[in-house]
Amino acid sequence: MSSHRVAGKGRIDTTRPVSFTFDGRRYSGAAGDTVASALLAHGVHLMGRSFKYHRPRGPVTAGSEEPNALIGTRRGPGRFEPNTRATVQEIWQGLETTSQNKYPSLKWDVGAVNDAGYMLFSAGFYYKTFMWPKSFWDKVYEPFIRAAAGLGVSPSEDDPDRYASRNMHCDVLVVGAGPTGLAAAHSAALAGAKVVLVDEHAEMGGALLSDPDVQIDGAGAWTWLASRLAELRALGVRTMTRTTAIGYYHQNLVGLCEKLTDHLPDLPADTPRERMWRVRAKRVVLAQGALEKPLVFHGNDRPGVMLAGSAQTYLNRFGVLVGKAPVVLTSHDSAWFAAFDLADAGAKVQAIVDTRDSVRDDLRAGASARGIEVRLSHTATGTSGRLRVKSLRVAPLRADQVGAATEIACDAVLMSGGWTPSLHLFSHTKGSLTWDDTQTTFLPKDTPEDCHIAGASRGLWGYEAALVDGDKAGREAAQALGLKIAAGRFEVAQDRTGSGVSHRELPSDRSPARSKAFVDFQNDVTAKDLRLAVREGMRSIEHVKRYTTNGMATDQGKMSNINGLNIAADALGKPQPQVGLTTFRPPYTPTTFGCFAGYHRGSHFEVTRKTPIDGWAEAHGAAFEPVGQWRRAWYFPQPGESMDDAVRRECRATRESVGIFDASTLGKIEVMGPGAVEFMNRMYTNPWTKLGIGRCRYGLLLGDDGYIRDDGVIGRLGQDRFHVTTTTGGAARVLNTMEDYLQTEWPDLDVWLTSTTEQWATVALNGPNAAALLAPLVEGVTLSDDDFPHMSCAECTVAGMPARLFRISFTGEVGFEVNVPAPMGLRLWELLWERGRQYGITPYGTEAMHVLRAEKGYIIVGQDTDGTVTPYDTGMSWAIGKKKPDFVGMRGLARPDLQAPGRKQLVGLLSEDRSKLEEGAQIVFDPNQPVPMKMVGHVTSSYDVGTSGRPIALALVEGGHDRMGEIVHIPMPDRTIAAKITPTVFVDPDNARLKL
Amino acid sequence: MLLIHCPYCDETLPEAEFTYAGQAHVVRPADPSGESDADWEAFLFLRDNAKGPHFERWRHLHGCGRFFNAVRDTVSDRFLTTYEAGLPRPDLSTLTEDQP
Repeated sequence: MSSHRVAGKGRIDTTRPVSFTFDGRRYSGAAGDTVASALLAHGVHLMGRSFKYHRPRGPVTAGSEEPNALIGTRRGPGRFEPNTRATVQEIWQGLETTSQNKYPSLKWDVGAVNDAGYMLFSAGFYYKTFMWPKSFWDKVYEPFIRAAAGLGVSPSEDDPDRYASRNMHCDVLVVGAGPTGLAAAHSAALAGAKVVLVDEHAEMGGALLSDPDVQIDGAGAWTWLASRLAELRALGVRTMTRTTAIGYYHQNLVGLCEKLTDHLPDLPADTPRERMWRVRAKRVVLAQGALEKPLVFHGNDRPGVMLAGSAQTYLNRFGVLVGKAPVVLTSHDSAWFAAFDLADAGAKVQAIVDTRDSVRDDLRAGASARGIEVRLSHTATGTSGRLRVKSLRVAPLRADQVGAATEIACDAVLMSGGWTPSLHLFSHTKGSLTWDDTQTTFLPKDTPEDCHIAGASRGLWGYEAALVDGDKAGREAAQALGLKIAAGRFEVAQDRTGSGVSHRELPSDRSPARSKAFVDFQNDVTAKDLRLAVREGMRSIEHVKRYTTNGMATDQGKMSNINGLNIAADALGKPQPQVGLTTFRPPYTPTTFGCFAGYHRGSHFEVTRKTPIDGWAEAHGAAFEPVGQWRRAWYFPQPGESMDDAVRRECRATRESVGIFDASTLGKIEVMGPGAVEFMNRMYTNPWTKLGIGRCRYGLLLGDDGYIRDDGVIGRLGQDRFHVTTTTGGAARVLNTMEDYLQTEWPDLDVWLTSTTEQWATVALNGPNAAALLAPLVEGVTLSDDDFPHMSCAECTVAGMPARLFRISFTGEVGFEVNVPAPMGLRLWELLWERGRQYGITPYGTEAMHVLRAEKGYIIVGQDTDGTVTPYDTGMSWAIGKKKPDFVGMRGLARPDLQAPGRKQLVGLLSEDRSKLEEGAQIVFDPNQPVPMKMVGHVTSSYDVGTSGRPIALALVEGGHDRMGEIVHIPMPDRTIAAKITPTVFVDPDNARLKL
Repeated sequence: MLLIHCPYCDETLPEAEFTYAGQAHVVRPADPSGESDADWEAFLFLRDNAKGPHFERWRHLHGCGRFFNAVRDTVSDRFLTTYEAGLPRPDLSTLTEDQP
């Protein structure tokens, strides 16, 4: 038996010992223990160091609101988690845990020097200290802050665990399985509703687990609990433990994080670590209960000082005495019951110190019967002890004057400053709150969601009140769904009702400037810091919070918000509701990224679209680049080749003989129907009426603002059928735009739009030998300039496959694009590859394609245009059907700004020193003007691996079309480059190479 | 996550199936070239910034693919109603906060 374990107490199973390590030392506990309860059973309170001052800390709670006892847990390689709350983590055989924020050891920590310098590290310390000199930022301040900041140590290995996501629908979701939630689930289920009951703990029961002596319906609390749970399950209620409702979202969507394996010694092969549930509930009952408030006094953070209710939980649920000689310090009745329970279990309670001048007779009688000294009208002004509390310094209060202090020797201080209703999820609903002056707390008021809040979370106290209110909430939820049920009845004996008063800092004889009375334990914020923030001009509670970081730690101020508000309100001289409460945000407790990511990780993080020819490219050593969601072959390096070498070779081969290119990613939209021609006339700038069947045209798509949105070659396959191609990245957007106009502006047009991007594989052949290679395979079309000139298209057969053949060019060479059904794409490619050997066929990737098209001045939408570029700016007025009554963008092009002189226009640039310009580099006319210079444009495309014999670039330059031959300047970090403005076509300006 | 009623599918479905498509009842003029610069500017760029009920367009992208109109309260983020494209604006005074 461990030193502080009480035989016969608790719900742990002492017949099943469990051993684990903490900072390398082995400890034993029992099945059902948390790390905190198991360590406390050995008398170990010191479990961590605080964040800022590195003060020694022990657990102050027994639940998920714990600010201090944060540990790292490890389960072999990859399975390390920092900042786990020792009060929540269940132990299992072999669990390794470590304390945090200490060096070299927990008991002797160098960083604790910060504690001695606490006068320096006050609120706003970082803002005030790290101001100057500016040069210190990079080298001194930032490395220091980075090293000091952060809780725990981030895991550095890949997470080997799996996480799942699920959806769930139910009639009533009940959050919290204490007496309120149990009653609510019961009445709703009895009425016939489909009920789900969730609780973050390993066991259901909430406060009942810590109060076994309460009698409900003639049975002990635990007996009643067991039978009620059995009844709920028999009624079909789905009960989920270790499941935290982390957030309440629109229209009753509640996110649940279910932890499935963190408590198991052996990981099951087929179970995810955590499961994220998205529950859409018709009604939600919030029964989250209340959280106990600490008292704010000097030294209230010393290991051994903890909440009285939590001490009661450690005793009754885990069979652990947190101290053998505790002193109770309280302003609320509830802590008296904690004192009684600990005394009955053998602790020598040193005293009950209550700030109030009178308490109920039954409580005083209880203390008297147990021989516990009672000190009313007393305050606490400090504690002593280094790694564990040794004494509490108390002093009488007379008319708010602090009298002579005395020391009470102790090994634990059990404090209670009253209870705060847990309003976190209620606040997520944008529910409004109302201030209750008697309880000095906010209570829930109205919520826009279909939500009920009951029990201690709306300020009720005592088991009978909780059961009755929960029963009512479940009944009301059922009634809202049209289900009826009579009110439940509860006989409660030995109920533990109570009330209390609320304090700011406890009155003290200590100078406030030298007082370390902690409000936020996790972020080391003291009452002094809050008052300082107000003195320095912070008026809003939101500013006070950010300046002091009160409530901004991983516990989100579960313990500190209300105390912080009370102190800030006092400093501001305003009532609390006028100061307001900071916003609660999801998640309720820290939640793993894995749980949010679910299945979306690794290769499932984002879709990777691959063409039918992707595998061939991979087998032939292609380097890939992402284009939208596609991965495209970028270039095909041969052994020993650099990227530049490869691209240069691919470009030359295509201009000299024949290159083969996978163009399958191009967006393809089938536009068909009696209104197809009119639709195309209205959508695209170009005229389509006179385009013959079997002919193609380069189409330009604008927005109604007149700017270029997309482009592509469009073939007319029939009177009422067009094969539209779009840019690879723009396909979905173009289809959406087309659908938008078709559905909402032109419902008169009888047109159907179908995405065919993935139905066709597209193989492009470019180069002087392209026709010779392809012609023998084509049936139904003669590949001559007479029969099938440039910009022709046809439905035919290629190598026995049904095909749509286009004679088009994005390289300036004779070019064909063969579309075959996607499953045949690879076969076509391999056939052309095989038969192309005689011509030295060369596969080329997107980089060579970019170079070849730039040499011809063909734009890439999104690279050479940026959403503010018109067809006139790119020198493409030829693409505009000037006789058409309207098209999308026609009126936009007539806007004054788009007609104004001095617009940036697309031109070619040749650097005078034959160096390669940098894409994105800014351009100026006069390099000698003072800084900041007037920038007149930028380089949009630039290559030095092409076939034109020198580096080329495209650029947008103010009034560029009228500046042919002029010199502009490109200032770079090391020099300024002069470049000459030229036309955009660098190779074959007469298009002679497009002819066979 | 909001629930949205598609008036074409006549089903109430999660927001993830839908995409937002801007303010509703912004009609593209029949003859844009006859519009003044000011009117065209208003058509292109000027939009309401309603606090309260807002007429807007949504598309059931991962469903039937149809564009439709909706009235959403920008304060409560609740849909007051949804209706087919082309129908007139509903009378705000008759709308309650409950979805059909």
